[in-house]
Amino acid sequence: MRSIWYSVTAPWRALPARRRLIISWAVGIFLVLIYPLADKVFNLQTLNSVTDVLVLVILALGLNIVVGYAGLLNFGYAAFFAIGAYTAGILTWPVHGIDWNFWIVIWAAVIVAAFFGILIGTPTLRLRGDYLAIVTLAFGEIVPVVIRNLGDLSIKVGPWLLVSHFNLTNGVQGLSPVGVPQIGPLQFGFNLVPWYFLILLIGALVAFVNMRLEHSRLGRAWMALREDETAADATGVDPVRTKLLAFSIGASFAGFAGAFYAAKLQAIFPDQFPFNLSVMILCMVILGGMGNIKGVIIGGMLIQLFDRVVLSQATVLAQAAGRALNIAVLANVDLSLWRWFFFGVVMVIVMVLRPEGLFPSAARRAEFRGTSEEPAAVESGS
Amino acid sequence: MALLEARKITKQFGGLTAVNELDLVIEKGSIASLIGPNGAGKTAFFNMVSGFHKPTSGQMLLDGKEIGGLRPNRVTARGLGRTFQNIRLFANMTALENVLVGMNCRLKASWVGSILRTPDVVREEAEARQRALKLLDYVGLGGKDETLAKNLPYGSQRRLEIARALATDPTLLLLDEPTAGMNPQETEDAMVLIKRVRDGLGVTILLIEHDMKVVMGISERITVLDYGTKIAEGTPEQVRANPKVIEAYLGKGVATGTAVTEPVGTQAILETGRR
Repeated sequence: MRSIWYSVTAPWRALPARRRLIISWAVGIFLVLIYPLADKVFNLQTLNSVTDVLVLVILALGLNIVVGYAGLLNFGYAAFFAIGAYTAGILTWPVHGIDWNFWIVIWAAVIVAAFFGILIGTPTLRLRGDYLAIVTLAFGEIVPVVIRNLGDLSIKVGPWLLVSHFNLTNGVQGLSPVGVPQIGPLQFGFNLVPWYFLILLIGALVAFVNMRLEHSRLGRAWMALREDETAADATGVDPVRTKLLAFSIGASFAGFAGAFYAAKLQAIFPDQFPFNLSVMILCMVILGGMGNIKGVIIGGMLIQLFDRVVLSQATVLAQAAGRALNIAVLANVDLSLWRWFFFGVVMVIVMVLRPEGLFPSAARRAEFRGTSEEPAAVESGS
Repeated sequence: MALLEARKITKQFGGLTAVNELDLVIEKGSIASLIGPNGAGKTAFFNMVSGFHKPTSGQMLLDGKEIGGLRPNRVTARGLGRTFQNIRLFANMTALENVLVGMNCRLKASWVGSILRTPDVVREEAEARQRALKLLDYVGLGGKDETLAKNLPYGSQRRLEIARALATDPTLLLLDEPTAGMNPQETEDAMVLIKRVRDGLGVTILLIEHDMKVVMGISERITVLDYGTKIAEGTPEQVRANPKVIEAYLGKGVATGTAVTEPVGTQAILETGRR
């Protein structure tokens, strides 16, 4: 089996590495570009899901900077997503009468999200590890509550009523509609193809920024902080500034994703940004392999594939089997209700068997797997 | 000319005075040592110089400018490099990356520039790489640039830490027990390297060391601390002959018995008593 595979792929491996790289990229880009057409021709009806998955992948790439590169455990990342979405919503909701152009709004969302990244980061980034995780968790819980309550805002300073019952976020009813992007005569609407290409463009931009930063001066500083903050400080890396940059760049990606998501869905509610979402994004990063762009993208897609395709198909199969075998419990089962259970199981399995993730970066692999000599030394010692 | 000058510097941890009104001057271009029994305040002093502790009172001047209370990375930017008693490398980064992190505060690339990869950034990165490779060569780690720091042997890790500190372009280098845990050959090599750094790069060196062979062998000036105060200072010969030093290391009775009558015995005590 292995030798057949070997001989089949021989001509491919004979090519120079550079050419193989170019061909891989060309094929990849071609497939990605032609996908909407294939979806239409074969009537797959998957374009909507794929677009949503890409939003989550962008979030995972943003979190990868914070968790993967800088090693700051952030449990409230969905809050920045919410802030991005609500910035877009508030700036385009007809009731407010602002109605900005989407192309300006998306940058506003990025800036506002980054600003909140700095705001939450400044007082908390002196904390290390677990303590930061708790603070970000609280932040993630607070933001949806604040959004829910900003539907009826009154500010009173002493005897002066500055703001009286101002409806900023429309509370639990959410904001709808949200302004859509427009390119010349092309108005984004129910046709999903433009949305797909827009998110693809944003995704490419985010992945590009990730890639460039990884081996830059800043990327090295992040890695150094992750390895040993004290030594990094003594070596001239400013921990506060460097962490703030990680936090705000990561948050700004969530701002991008948020603005897009709000515009595509045309409605945003506080309940769309629960703690579960933060955990899901974190799982995507950890499963794929922290600090590795390819790993994070593939890991994110795997989780979403599992969530959206595998579970629903498995449900259909289980129900059919249940009917055939006359087992009532199986016939009525809905496995998608069990998604968090399966999630937990998968995470436990991955963490036990492959703690560095499925596609780890070299540094992460070294961190978890030790060196070639080290495990041997431990074994001989015991 | 004084490069580092401590004026009545004091550090208290609650009720404990780790360093008590210490005056210390390190001349530019010298190799100086700080010795003393455990808990004498040597590392506390190092931590005050490098910014990890804020002095309770007193002044700390580097090149005539106050550095007391500055954050460590700011002190590093002012020209101070240091190594740690227990090696603190970035274990899962390569040797080259470790040195490049050391250059971080001397590089100018902004994050926007790094994303766009502007010509300035590209040139700066290439130059930094070249310099980092040269530094690795300099400390004797040529060809090890792609090895992860944690995979290097112990002696090489110490060397890498020195290379990383040198990458910050220091005028003063603090070495906290640079030969701790080394075998005699590695110790010998380390001493050669330390001398070479001073002679070749003109970096002033202040070290904490317990190995008296190293201290006496390379220091031009030695300061002895005990209970946070300076009890002796001078050339290796002067310190060796100082009865107070023996007293600090071995107790009062021994000091009055041996040091005064037989100065040669003092050296033997200093060399063996500490290990």
